[in-house]
Amino acid sequence: MEVPILKQGAYLIASVQSALADAEMIQLRDALVDKVGKFRSRGVIVDVTVLDVVDSFATRTLRDLAHMIRLRGAETVIVGIQPEVAFAMVQLGLTLEGVGTALDLEEGLAFLNQKTQSVE
Amino acid sequence: MTNHRESAPRRESLHGVWRPGPVVRAEDIVPIESEADIVTARQRGRTLGAEVGFRAGELALIATAISELARNIVLYAGRGEILLTKISEGGRIGLLIAASDQGPGISDLTQAMRDGFSTSGGLGLGLPGVKRLMDEFGVVSSPGRGTTVTAKKWKR
Amino acid sequence: MIEPEAYLKEPLPAGESDVMLLRELVAHLRRNRTQLREEWARRITQAQLLTAMSKDEIFKEATSVYDNYVEALETGTMEALQTYARDLSERIIPRGVETHEVVGIVLLLRDVLARSLFAKYQADFALLNCILDAYEPAANRIANTVAVGFVQERERIIMEQQEAIRELSTPVLQVRERLLILPIIGAIDPHRARQLTEQLLGAIRTNRAKVVVIDITGVAVIDTNVANHLVQTVEASRLLGATVIVTGLSPKIAQTLVTIGVDLSKMNTVGDLQGGIEEAEKLLAYKVIASSPTADSA
Repeated sequence: MEVPILKQGAYLIASVQSALADAEMIQLRDALVDKVGKFRSRGVIVDVTVLDVVDSFATRTLRDLAHMIRLRGAETVIVGIQPEVAFAMVQLGLTLEGVGTALDLEEGLAFLNQKTQSVE
Repeated sequence: MTNHRESAPRRESLHGVWRPGPVVRAEDIVPIESEADIVTARQRGRTLGAEVGFRAGELALIATAISELARNIVLYAGRGEILLTKISEGGRIGLLIAASDQGPGISDLTQAMRDGFSTSGGLGLGLPGVKRLMDEFGVVSSPGRGTTVTAKKWKR
Repeated sequence: MIEPEAYLKEPLPAGESDVMLLRELVAHLRRNRTQLREEWARRITQAQLLTAMSKDEIFKEATSVYDNYVEALETGTMEALQTYARDLSERIIPRGVETHEVVGIVLLLRDVLARSLFAKYQADFALLNCILDAYEPAANRIANTVAVGFVQERERIIMEQQEAIRELSTPVLQVRERLLILPIIGAIDPHRARQLTEQLLGAIRTNRAKVVVIDITGVAVIDTNVANHLVQTVEASRLLGATVIVTGLSPKIAQTLVTIGVDLSKMNTVGDLQGGIEEAEKLLAYKVIASSPTADSA
């Protein structure tokens, strides 16, 4: 299932709707890296609220995504990681070092506003 | 067959010692043939785990462990299966995950089990990570023949 | 952990003659039910066991145990008796009944029944021997099952109580909007560290916290495991979008952490709780101004 990507002003918002297989995860990464240039976006929000597992592959893909998007001149924030998912991630030794995180969509927008303003 | 046991195999230890002989209640076998099966396996594990009565936090740990084990099968062996079993022992109940394949096997288990406390993610087999997610953990591997990883989680 | 599995799995290995004898035995115990369980209850009182319970209660439980006992003898399966033993333990443990009392009453029953068998078969010594051969192993297994059931139940209750104490000892406090304080007092073991993290993560989500101050002034010792748990807690909180400030590291803990080489570079540390709260407020205030363009930024 493809993840819908909405354009909201200077930002792109990708809301994951269901569990993603590896290929779908890669597809999301590529689509965002592509669209961020096409729409000249300043920031990207990836909402993973519905994910009940974020394993090593998902973590790596999210981190790569954020780094690629930074190279394309925009900021990324991952929002909605559930408490139990976060707990499982750190138990496994996974972190999203160097990647912005926020509680939910609203916080994610605040995070990007702050980040992109300080650039100006 | 080399039976790997991390640290001194004390019988009363809950970690790293594989003790067979649980009473089988219900089970589910998920064939792992492609990366799409990884999602299936962890969802089925979550369902069975919920039947055992695990809390949301524990279900996330179980599903994550299954995800990692299933991915190892896809990456290193190509195909295999994951057996999920409800278990009970001495008045407690739990879930057993057994991930097996007929792949190349692990030549150096000691090394596979030792990759630092916090791996930066993704590289290696991630077996120490899976061990941390579960209560009991064991690996049996034979180079050229395959690998079976077993892990148990007990309901608290 | 005691595992009764070994002798619960299979029914008693009984030959044809044993089966017959057991059947006769069971019939005898059923016929003399009233008299035997009264005798047993009397012996329990005499031996000053189950002193926490009234006479009526003892007689009621004695009746149930007796019936379950005879049933276990008859069927050779311990499951019903095991369930009953757990249930009984759950009821009597909170009243202060000790392990030796439970073992004592089961052994008394064994004695009462054996004496009754002696009385009945004393004329035929060979038959008495056969009867005892059938009775003894079954009676031993029953005694084991009840004792193990009691001990397991006690272990379970102790664990539950420990859990409850742990929960009480890790309060997550909201001092103001978006700011949580987690004062940790006492020893931290891996289990408590884990529970603490789960509680904190839940609280971050419910209170929409941006900053968390973990104060460990009340923690005397930290080892590698606990330090790593602390790092994990900080990392997991960050995944939810919250910043963690750790305060109150004693000189001794600071020395330990550096000596054992735990990487705390990702950790935001401030000397004491007050300093931590000031730092937290700075973080919160900074974020409010920066995220709203209408705020006074002169």
